[in-house]
Amino acid sequence: MVQNEINGKQFWKEFVKGIVISNPVFVLALGLCPTLAITSSLSNALGMSAGVIFVLLCSNIIISSMRKIIPDMVRIPVFIVIIATFVTILSLVFQAYLPPLYESLGIYLALIVVNCIILGRAEVFASKNSVLLSILDALGIGIGFTLALVIISFIREILGTGSLSIFGKVLFKLPVLSESPMAFFILPPGAFLVIGLVLALFRWLGVIKNE
Amino acid sequence: MNNLLSIFIVMAIINNMIISKFLGLCPFFGVSKKISNAVSMGVAVTLVMFIASLATSVIYNFILVPFSIEFMNIVIYILVIASLVQIVELIIKRTNINLYNALGIYLPLITTNCAVLGIALINAKEGYSIIESIVSALGAGVGFTLMLVIMSGIREKLEVSDCPKSMRGLPIAFITAALLALAFMGFSGMM
Repeated sequence: MVQNEINGKQFWKEFVKGIVISNPVFVLALGLCPTLAITSSLSNALGMSAGVIFVLLCSNIIISSMRKIIPDMVRIPVFIVIIATFVTILSLVFQAYLPPLYESLGIYLALIVVNCIILGRAEVFASKNSVLLSILDALGIGIGFTLALVIISFIREILGTGSLSIFGKVLFKLPVLSESPMAFFILPPGAFLVIGLVLALFRWLGVIKNE
Repeated sequence: MNNLLSIFIVMAIINNMIISKFLGLCPFFGVSKKISNAVSMGVAVTLVMFIASLATSVIYNFILVPFSIEFMNIVIYILVIASLVQIVELIIKRTNINLYNALGIYLPLITTNCAVLGIALINAKEGYSIIESIVSALGAGVGFTLMLVIMSGIREKLEVSDCPKSMRGLPIAFITAALLALAFMGFSGMM
């Protein structure tokens, strides 16, 4: 990439592409494990997104700034160690300052290490582009991931509990649904059903191209 | 003995890796379109899970716990799993070339399969001994293979079925998985 080609327009493009055109969850179908497992409540989804954005941002910055000195042969192990280091930092921080969130995310917090989104961005983008572009890429992909998690957890929490709460504060309660909620949506099958229907809806609306 | 049997059944059917823990979804939705591939993938994952659980639980019980550095488990586990996958790949390549050709492309993918790291972390979290860890890994592997085979059988039929255009591919696979998960929830009353 020639240095003088980089201008404001390209910065914007790298940032926006992760949100809709190559949304990690809905279009690329990456990082499905956390998407389905922790979207039973909005707070968990926000906590998980914050964690993924932190790890993605830090690992993209480190990998793109070290891309010239990492030998090609051992790049994947190097990426994994860098990512694992940031996940360890993240899980210690959550354990110390946000214990309830740490408990409810459980092993899925540690499993950010094997989230294909992060290793994918390291391999496809950060190892080939400058630090600034990698930061924008990480933010764009991170926001796209957050958006997907928030949409799914919003539907699941409202249908499954009849109310919506963020970090213990109840935002609103639906009159009939909160008395007899459809607990199905909080359980694992509900996760599969909601993501399938949301994906089909987006394709039908034309937001995402059909296969 | 009874305890080991219950760990096996819980990991295989009730807390199934795929439909109740959502681990290893990439091969579940990506690879499983032919039954023979699904079996190969399932066997490869079970093998790696078995060896990885043995190695990680030995490390956990004899190194991490005595030195009280349990927080290092993420970095250590992922390194152990990545190198184990390489070693298993080499051994299979040298000893059984037919098996290698059958499993070939799936083996490298297993490093980033969350089910393998997941089972190691679950074993550590539940505080299982080495024997219990091995049994839980075998149970998880059997459950994983079972789901992969069931799903691939359904998807072979789905490929030719006439469903709405926007539902084709991934969305209908998700909905199928939802119905499967609902059916398997019936087993949760067993234990």
